[in-house]
Amino acid sequence: MTAFFQTLGMSYEWAWFVSTICGILLIALPLLLGVAMIIYADRKIWAAMALRRGPNVVGPFGLLQSFADGLKVFLQETIIPSAANKGIFLIAPVVTFTVALMAWAVIPFNSGAILADINVGLLYVLAISSLGVYGTIMAGWASNSKYPFFSAMRASAQMISYEVSIGFILICVVLWAGTFNMNGIVKAQQDHVWLLNGFVFNPLLFPMWVMFLISGMAETQRAPFDLTEAESELVAGYQTEYSSMAFAAYWLGEYANVLLMCALNATLFWGGWLPPLDIPVLYLVPGIVWFLLKVLFFFFVFSWVKATVPRYRYDQLMRLGWKVFLPVSLLFVVLVSGYLMATGHFA
Amino acid sequence: MIHVIAFYLFAVMTIASGAITILSRNPVHSVLWLILAFFNAAGLMILVGAEFIAMLLVIVYVGAVAVLFLFVVMMLDIDFAELRAGFVKNFPLGMLVAIVLLAEMVLGIGAYKAGALQLGTPDGTAAQPAGTTNIEAIGALLYSRYLFLFEAAGVILLVAMIGAIVLTHRQRGDTRGQKISKQIARRPDEATVNVKPEVGKGVQL
Repeated sequence: MTAFFQTLGMSYEWAWFVSTICGILLIALPLLLGVAMIIYADRKIWAAMALRRGPNVVGPFGLLQSFADGLKVFLQETIIPSAANKGIFLIAPVVTFTVALMAWAVIPFNSGAILADINVGLLYVLAISSLGVYGTIMAGWASNSKYPFFSAMRASAQMISYEVSIGFILICVVLWAGTFNMNGIVKAQQDHVWLLNGFVFNPLLFPMWVMFLISGMAETQRAPFDLTEAESELVAGYQTEYSSMAFAAYWLGEYANVLLMCALNATLFWGGWLPPLDIPVLYLVPGIVWFLLKVLFFFFVFSWVKATVPRYRYDQLMRLGWKVFLPVSLLFVVLVSGYLMATGHFA
Repeated sequence: MIHVIAFYLFAVMTIASGAITILSRNPVHSVLWLILAFFNAAGLMILVGAEFIAMLLVIVYVGAVAVLFLFVVMMLDIDFAELRAGFVKNFPLGMLVAIVLLAEMVLGIGAYKAGALQLGTPDGTAAQPAGTTNIEAIGALLYSRYLFLFEAAGVILLVAMIGAIVLTHRQRGDTRGQKISKQIARRPDEATVNVKPEVGKGVQL
């Protein structure tokens, strides 16, 4: 895209700047629209599983429900508790929302459609996802209120715990792909096992994918790991004191994070923009269609789990993270690297 | 042009947030400014082409170390008056540390300018070979030339970790832990008993 702006008579630096801004808008705007629709989809799926109708009043089939909700919170008054630490209280939702959008820079939508095709793409994702916890901690502390504070404590412990095993899982993927570049990882999955595109069809990496899916739910604080906003214990967790657009920022950020986890599942284990089978006919369909189909499928899985699985207890959550996922993922790092060495994968 | 703007942005932000870290009165604010300083330092690393170090800086320091800092500082009930009272007493010690740090920095920059170190020379002769990524270059060095040092660092970390666990862990006899496997293995027919008690008599289970 930089080359296109250069033909308009801009210098290289300006062309790069303008094309990057355009790229960010091209990702962020559809993403926000997608988040609005995905909230609607989440509520519909959740309702269908509980034999309810879900949102069906605003617009045809209730399609405009999210926009109506958005308008509602936009018109609400922003209430800042008098005991709150004002600056941090207001920055916290901005941090959550920004961080949720930042990681999308390295997600490949198609073979060339990636905003920042950097060599350390996967490390960047890890770095950004580790920033996500700050929005929650800051909100919990700045609210100066009991329940948000408990929630912030829970969130930070939970996210640190699950990042450790996610790190090990990603190392397995990187070992097999031989690169941290996201596009490189997708390409490495082509024709991985008998015409199947995707690391998940590999018996050594399939358990890693299952663990990644579960860790992803814990990392994004989705049910059954939504202890940070467990309404029976903590009212609404770290968002208790928030209202209006600050609340909406958390809401959007949370769903953008869930979509990001779905995109990571698709990119790292299910072949990203590659079709499921390595057959020439399937490549006629644009890669972005395959990618979005995979993302939507994983979002359905996330909603499905949210609708059906009861909430974990906190000690069970910690046990799962530290005593089950950590040793198993460490074991698989040894197994995968051992297998790759034995078969001379990189010789 | 964009390089220069980015450098000055990151550099000014790093120094400013570093300064506010030690100037701000609220310890939680201090930690948050420290995090911003880490983050901008990572930006500087990216500008010199050390993208791997930059990512590690964010993952390790911002993602793990600073979260623990924040965790501890948030839970402390800090008495500000007491903190300020100790300022005058500790001032000479603080100045001493500052002077030592300053001397080290001057020495370090001087040595770097003199080009005596083989690791990184100012004219860029020791730069990584073109065409290899950061990670490949670091990996090739760590796992060949510095293999034993690297392994030794790993062993030291392991010892430190085990040491910390040994120091803090205590076996308590009076708690009843859960045995998850036992809970899962429990079946309804062995967990529930149907009894028909006679009227006016208790039930022995």
